[in-house]
Amino acid sequence: MTAYDIDPDDEVRPGTPVTVSRYTGVTRINHWITAAALVLLAISGLALFHPSLFALTDLFGGGQNTRAIHPWIGVVLFFSFSGLFVRFWRANLWKGEDTAWLRHLPDVAANREDRLPEVGRYNAGQKVVFWSMSLLIIVLITSGIVIWDQYFGPYFSVEQKRIAVLVHATAAVVAICVWITHVYAAIWVRGTISAMTRGQVTGGWAWRHHRKWLRDLVTGQPRSDGKTGATPAR
Amino acid sequence: MAFEYELPNPRTDTVTPALGQADIMQRSASSVRAPARRLPQVAKLIDVSKCIGCKACEAACLEWNDKRAEIGINVGVYDNPPDLSPEMFTVMRFTEWVNPQTQNLEWLIRKDGCMHCEDPGCLKACPAPGAIVQYTNGIVDFDHEKCIGCGYCIAGCPFNIPRISKVDHRAYKCTLCSDRVAVGEGPACAKACPTHAIVFGTKEEMTQHAEGRIADLKSRGFANAGLYDPAGVGGTHVMYVLHHADKPEIYSDLPKAPAISSVVDLWKGPAKYAGLAAIAGLAVVSFLHRLVKGPNDVSTEDEERAEQLTREPQA
Repeated sequence: MTAYDIDPDDEVRPGTPVTVSRYTGVTRINHWITAAALVLLAISGLALFHPSLFALTDLFGGGQNTRAIHPWIGVVLFFSFSGLFVRFWRANLWKGEDTAWLRHLPDVAANREDRLPEVGRYNAGQKVVFWSMSLLIIVLITSGIVIWDQYFGPYFSVEQKRIAVLVHATAAVVAICVWITHVYAAIWVRGTISAMTRGQVTGGWAWRHHRKWLRDLVTGQPRSDGKTGATPAR
Repeated sequence: MAFEYELPNPRTDTVTPALGQADIMQRSASSVRAPARRLPQVAKLIDVSKCIGCKACEAACLEWNDKRAEIGINVGVYDNPPDLSPEMFTVMRFTEWVNPQTQNLEWLIRKDGCMHCEDPGCLKACPAPGAIVQYTNGIVDFDHEKCIGCGYCIAGCPFNIPRISKVDHRAYKCTLCSDRVAVGEGPACAKACPTHAIVFGTKEEMTQHAEGRIADLKSRGFANAGLYDPAGVGGTHVMYVLHHADKPEIYSDLPKAPAISSVVDLWKGPAKYAGLAAIAGLAVVSFLHRLVKGPNDVSTEDEERAEQLTREPQA
């Protein structure tokens, strides 16, 4: 059986501690461009969302500039996230153990990792983040185009713009909440951030949080590209 | 009826403008202290039954506001220009309507432009502090210096009035000649109207004047003549006398019951507070979780198990 979630570049390097490479340099650059775009979008978007936050427009050189630049950052985010989507979608396919993992959510929150089913490259929480972000970004770019007055103003009716602006604001709030969850999880689960900074995690981290992925890598499960893993099985 | 409400000629002595910061009743994306006094409410009354479609109002508007609309092309209808634009704050919309009761062709000419709602949707939707203000006399005005060009006012407006300039990316619409009104003049369009289809004064005077006009129209067979001062937006400071007030939609889709869209209310009301609360709430919950449960650390045992796993001969 081919492991659905092994990336061709994932590799276990034995040692003390064991290190496991998780993200290539290109993937990490792609991630951080997306991250920067998302943060800038959140700040500039919130500035126009609530009057008490309008002062945030000063960070972008005033209201006019904020209004002009926000949609373009959105375009960057859309394409940058598309890159991540292509890289990660297969590993985020929903599996039986994900549903079981979600049922153990109280154990997750309580740091009782031992009670959780073994999961692959991503756990159910990460998959929820991935799919909700994918969906939200599609909703945001679509509704965003409807209210991008400078270029698309004449193509949509006033009623469509009203609905789009409400949908855009709602989706953005949800996206920011998903983002908070994503960032908090990375901080809370120690050893995670190095995956996106140096591209690797320790074997202990992989054993604790993504045991199935580690086992598959070690036992040399055929990878998604058809080749075998780091330590060939036969 | 004589030409009552003849607007005065400009005064030659020095006049202190009457509309100042103290007269601002509502300010977009900000709160203002309740003004100490409320100026007499003004209104422009447009008597559609008296309009001859000469477009003197359009010319006067361009003239006073120093705008030059692009020269258009004849598209086979009287409407010219075809729509409001950042340069055209008012346009005459022509409708040829066959009255089903009389089989008469009626030429309905409505001067379109900002209605100066008492409850302005543009102001409610605007995210830029002070870019839209409402004076205590009822005039809703745009402060272009503060406008960011987002177009939210378009979504907020029940009458589809504001237009964003492609040149300076700011929203424009009829000001009700607030600069003229501030020095005791009436709007340029009213001054120019040769038939006094457009008159200007206090809202009370205009309502009274409309009553006379409506009585006259009724006596001449327009049983449904009436005043258009829609309650859904709290009344407007631009009102119409319509010969068929029961069917405002025949006048180039003048909305029958305009109100700020419930979508806009939801967006600018509950969504704004619920959104910020959700974001702040989640951040606080995350912080508390970390305080209470502590970090999720990889143990030495985890590392050892991983080392063991990589050392084991693979089957």
